[in-house]
Amino acid sequence: MRLLRIVPDDTKFDFMRFRRISFPISAMMSILAISLYFFHGLNFGIDFKGGTLIEIQTKAGPADLATMRASLSALGLGEVQLQQFGAPNDVLIRVAEQPGGDAAQQLAVNKVRGALGSDIEYRRVEVVGPRVSGELLSYGIIGLMLAILGILIYLWFRFEWQFALGAMIANVHDLVLTIGFMSLTRIDFDLTSIAALLTILGYSLNDTVVIYDRIREMLRRYKRMTMADLLNISVNATLSRSIITHVTVTLALLALLLFGGQAIHSFTATMMFGVVLVGTYTSIFIAAPILIYLGVGTGRDQPSRSESDRP
Amino acid sequence: MLYFTRWKVVAILCTVFAVCLFAFPNFLPTKMVDSWPKWAQRHVVLGLDLQGGSHILLEVDTKAVRKEMLETLRDDVRRVLREARIGYTGLVVRGNSVEVRIREGQNSGQAQEKLQTLSQPLGGILSATGHRNVDITSEPNNLYRLTLTDPAILERVRQAVDQSIQIIERRVNELGTVEPLIQREGSDRILVQVPGLQDPTRLKQLLGKTAKLDFHMVDSSIPAQQALQGHVPAEDEILYSASGPKTPYLVEKRVLVSGADLTDAQPGFDPRTSEPVVNFRFNTSGARKFAKVTQENVGKPFAIVLDNQVISAPVIREPILGGSGQISGSFTVQSANDLAILLRAGALPAPLTIIEERTVGPGLGADSIAQGKISSYVGAAMVVLFMFATYGLFGLFANIAVAINVAMIFGVLSMLNATLTLPGIAGIVLTVGIAVDSNVLIYERIREEVRAGRTPINAIDAGFSRALATILDSNITTFIAAAVLFYIGTGPVRGFAVTLGIGIITTVFTAFTLTRLIVAYWVRWRRPQRVPI
Repeated sequence: MRLLRIVPDDTKFDFMRFRRISFPISAMMSILAISLYFFHGLNFGIDFKGGTLIEIQTKAGPADLATMRASLSALGLGEVQLQQFGAPNDVLIRVAEQPGGDAAQQLAVNKVRGALGSDIEYRRVEVVGPRVSGELLSYGIIGLMLAILGILIYLWFRFEWQFALGAMIANVHDLVLTIGFMSLTRIDFDLTSIAALLTILGYSLNDTVVIYDRIREMLRRYKRMTMADLLNISVNATLSRSIITHVTVTLALLALLLFGGQAIHSFTATMMFGVVLVGTYTSIFIAAPILIYLGVGTGRDQPSRSESDRP
Repeated sequence: MLYFTRWKVVAILCTVFAVCLFAFPNFLPTKMVDSWPKWAQRHVVLGLDLQGGSHILLEVDTKAVRKEMLETLRDDVRRVLREARIGYTGLVVRGNSVEVRIREGQNSGQAQEKLQTLSQPLGGILSATGHRNVDITSEPNNLYRLTLTDPAILERVRQAVDQSIQIIERRVNELGTVEPLIQREGSDRILVQVPGLQDPTRLKQLLGKTAKLDFHMVDSSIPAQQALQGHVPAEDEILYSASGPKTPYLVEKRVLVSGADLTDAQPGFDPRTSEPVVNFRFNTSGARKFAKVTQENVGKPFAIVLDNQVISAPVIREPILGGSGQISGSFTVQSANDLAILLRAGALPAPLTIIEERTVGPGLGADSIAQGKISSYVGAAMVVLFMFATYGLFGLFANIAVAINVAMIFGVLSMLNATLTLPGIAGIVLTVGIAVDSNVLIYERIREEVRAGRTPINAIDAGFSRALATILDSNITTFIAAAVLFYIGTGPVRGFAVTLGIGIITTVFTAFTLTRLIVAYWVRWRRPQRVPI
């Protein structure tokens, strides 16, 4: 049986040469993502903003959004958003957080229930009060920070500090771009998004560590090679594994995206972007070459340059 | 790397088999498993998002607790000073303290001594913390300020949570639901999870009521309307009716008998009007008090007050000596039943507020399970095919390892009686990705070693030993992320972290033992001349 070979053996791509292009591109993309975050903002879900989210299914035929909108906006509950969610008889209703504390949120739910009548199945009702939403947001941010810190410390123990710093820069870059993606696509930013970000962080690091492991091995084996050559060999050696792994992860994510339903749709979409698109690019074009700038093996370039100076 | 001692092989296979065995009960009918011994009755619990149900987070109203403590403190100050016959003026609650001014010419030393008796060490003698419940400061002009300390308030809130949990348990159990979960969250919160509930409205009504029932005399010396416009007597207060048009009642503040004296409450019907009512019975001391009051007040109205609202205000026709009575007040069958439940369970020590609610209907839960299944099957099938296409026989080995890996995840989840949520299923699907990656790392490394000119067995050996170090490093970093997720996450997110974390552990385990074992046996059996990848 002939086996599938996505990446041919012994590739010799000069990935390091691309750093003069990839670094400016990444810098620009990061700035774009950050400005998206600041000027376009994230579409905070009720976990972090507080308020009410109700998913309903009309029992008789497709939902009449216009009538529902009219009867709900007559309740005086401030901003009420209606959105079709999957099938034509599935509707997602978002009610903004009510002024007047936690009890007021419950009152709003009862009003909505009253206005929608009885010919409806309540598939999901989520009410998050003002205090809980504030706590969830701060826990989420603290969690991300803790994860980055914990991983940094681990890498610092296992490798040298330049590797830990390089991995962190690469992975913060991934997170920043993913947040930009979430801002651009207006995906609901909720607790699941934090889970997605942390998983992207984990995967992206997984990839980075595999390449760094190889770089460390090469550094011990080839004492006289220039840093750029050494990084190229390392990335090429792990290239086949990187691609195959990403294909399998993509296949798994694709199944979740297509058949996993609406509830985890934004989660898988975010993962798809963060792990597949950004993660692969980062570990090859950012995480590896950044080691040159961080001064790993600075002593090496001296003899090799003098070698190349020779006629 | 390819040599295993006999006992190691046995240990590996036994571990794998035992862990997988724990996953087995999940696929058997519940009835069969129920007859097993307790330790074997372990299974994966479906999360609320999969089986439907309500997750409700309640918070004790700390402000109300503090207000009550301050009022009690004020009453205590009054009692202590009166008992010692010390004159005072201006006894008020201000902010977090009670202030009192001792009259000129009184023995201020004695006053201070008496007030000092109100300041008790917290936590009794055994667990003395050095904190006191009240700090007393004296200021010029004989002004004394008694301030509640924060530890005292915290302690009371903690007690209120403990009592509330017991009362909520009694209330929720009356709903007849399966396996409700009621537990403390932090210092002032209670988490209630009730699976399989179609409509949480009734649950929320049962949770949200303090259910403080008191019997008061109605003051009929002046009509309530008049008192409302003019002056409410100091010993009275205005309360409104609970249902129907909002009717004011002028009610004495003094409690005749309280709901704490009830021993039983049952819904029933009034034999004359056939309206739903609640029949109740007092304990001995309550019955005695109630008999005395009704004997003394025949012909006068009294008020049955629930959570500061008057349910009804009947006139006492004859002394009630038997210690049982009836509450009527435009109930429906449901509301009479609910009130009986609340009265039997007892009153909450402080009001509870719902600060978070997440309810999933059974329809959505079933859909989510179906979607979870389809996506796992499709994802697994695609990955299995791809691995076989890429690595052939070794791909088959990898697929066997990954399948056993997933079985082990279910085994560990069952062992822990862990909760499986929809994000948890996503975690398993992603674990399949990670598990495959460990095999990819090993095989790619073997191929490299072959290209570097090693003999097949040498290459396989070197491939394993080099790749395993990398697998360990890369998985530990992902595990750190999962651990943080578990620590900070709630509900569904925590479910994701659990499966991801367990998946990483089983992945590393299978990569280090099972995959190696399979390949080792294959090498010993075939003595390959070339590596088939």
